[in-house]
Amino acid sequence: MIKEFAQGLWITFKHMLPGNSTTVQYPRVERLPTAERFRGLHRLVPAQDREKCVACYLCPTVCPAKCITVESGENEKGEKYPVVYKIDLLRCIFCGYCVEACPVEAIEMTGEYELANYSRDDFTYEKQRLLR
Amino acid sequence: MDPVLLSFSSDPAAFLVVMVAKILVVFTVLMLIVAYATWCERKVIGHMQTRLGPMETGWHGLLQPIADGIKLFFKEDIIPAEASKIPFILAPIMILVPALITAAVIPFGADLTIPAKFILPFSSGLEGVSYIVPQQISELNIGILFVLAMAGLGVYGIVLAGWASNSKYSLLGGLRSSAQVISYELAAGLTLVAVFMLSESLSLRDIVALQMQPLNGVAGFLSFLPDWVPNWYVFSQPVAFVLFVICGMAEINRTPFDLPEAETELVSGFCTEYSSMKYAMFFMAEYANMVIIAAIAATLFLGGWGAPMNIAIFQAVPGAVWLLLKIFTFMFFFIWLRATWPRVRYDQLMFLGWKVFLPLALANIIVTGLVVVLLQ
Repeated sequence: MIKEFAQGLWITFKHMLPGNSTTVQYPRVERLPTAERFRGLHRLVPAQDREKCVACYLCPTVCPAKCITVESGENEKGEKYPVVYKIDLLRCIFCGYCVEACPVEAIEMTGEYELANYSRDDFTYEKQRLLR
Repeated sequence: MDPVLLSFSSDPAAFLVVMVAKILVVFTVLMLIVAYATWCERKVIGHMQTRLGPMETGWHGLLQPIADGIKLFFKEDIIPAEASKIPFILAPIMILVPALITAAVIPFGADLTIPAKFILPFSSGLEGVSYIVPQQISELNIGILFVLAMAGLGVYGIVLAGWASNSKYSLLGGLRSSAQVISYELAAGLTLVAVFMLSESLSLRDIVALQMQPLNGVAGFLSFLPDWVPNWYVFSQPVAFVLFVICGMAEINRTPFDLPEAETELVSGFCTEYSSMKYAMFFMAEYANMVIIAAIAATLFLGGWGAPMNIAIFQAVPGAVWLLLKIFTFMFFFIWLRATWPRVRYDQLMFLGWKVFLPLALANIIVTGLVVVLLQ
């Protein structure tokens, strides 16, 4: 019995020695990098002069939370492009189906997860905010 | 003129000044230790659980005790409608006061010789007079009995808190506490009997003085050790020392004996219904008790304010430093135990108290008595 007591004391003592703490002092001191496949804030991938998106409506169709709004238009070269592309993050469940569905790899998910904001309107991400 | 022992009859004014100064110093130091013991406890337990403990308030959370104090001070003070009001308010005071006044008998240094002019700079006719001032608030010749009596008084506060709250959890906490203290006070008292069988004195001052001699008496079998080893009673009474520390932990309701406030079963036991500064007083009492038990264990078994080696350099260090070092060592040990061991079950607690510690303490007295008689 005494031996077990001493073993326990030794374990806690070892843990107390410097360098054994596993605490991450978020956000004051460090932020851990997210995993490669982490599903954070969306990003519309830009091509040379426009976004890659061809406004095919596959992402709003597949979206289980119905948070994506797309309105398509046609530019002077006769290409389809999204006139409006909105994601309502308050509805989004970050499932990544939009990324999977996209035929031209125009939308992807980044590692950004600090999405808190002060007003409800700020959670509606328009095209310009998603194109980064 | 030879220095005389300062007493109320020799010079009332100087006596009062010195007394108030001593009380203020001891009280301040005690309260500072209490405040920072909470910080140390959270830090040490945090690191032992591979966390960091408080880090946000001040550098490494150093302002945490102050922040806690301010927070508790501004909290709403709730007295339950069904509680009996006067005992409910009285209970936290009854826990804190015995914890604090026990500090009065603990000696914390050698006698000082102070010129009377220094104590009373504005009175005349004191040229050349100097007084001997003991570094101890009150030199009681029954110091140990006083300590035991106050330890016993402290439990009334817990019982009263449990009863006055008029809540099941509080009542159970209070009941457990009274049962626990009765069981363990017996064993703790008996271990002390063995100490004053050796010291032949109940005065803590004499006990410390005896422990500063080189090894002698019952500890004579250790005479192969170098002659700077002091005659600490931990050498001649190892069993009593271990028993006293364990029983002391049980008396002040520290883990692994913190059944009166077992969170898992009793919410927080006797202080379930308390809030604001009244709760803070329970908290302060718990830590003050911890300091006091550490100080008593250090005084009775580890030479009190005496240096750990009878070497001139060590003896030149003020006694208060050694006493504080010993107190901090004990407190670290208590915190370490809390981080390591789970709480004992109630029947285990009673089994330990009555069937293990009490017989051991009695056997220790008999063996000590035999050895003392044989050595004479």
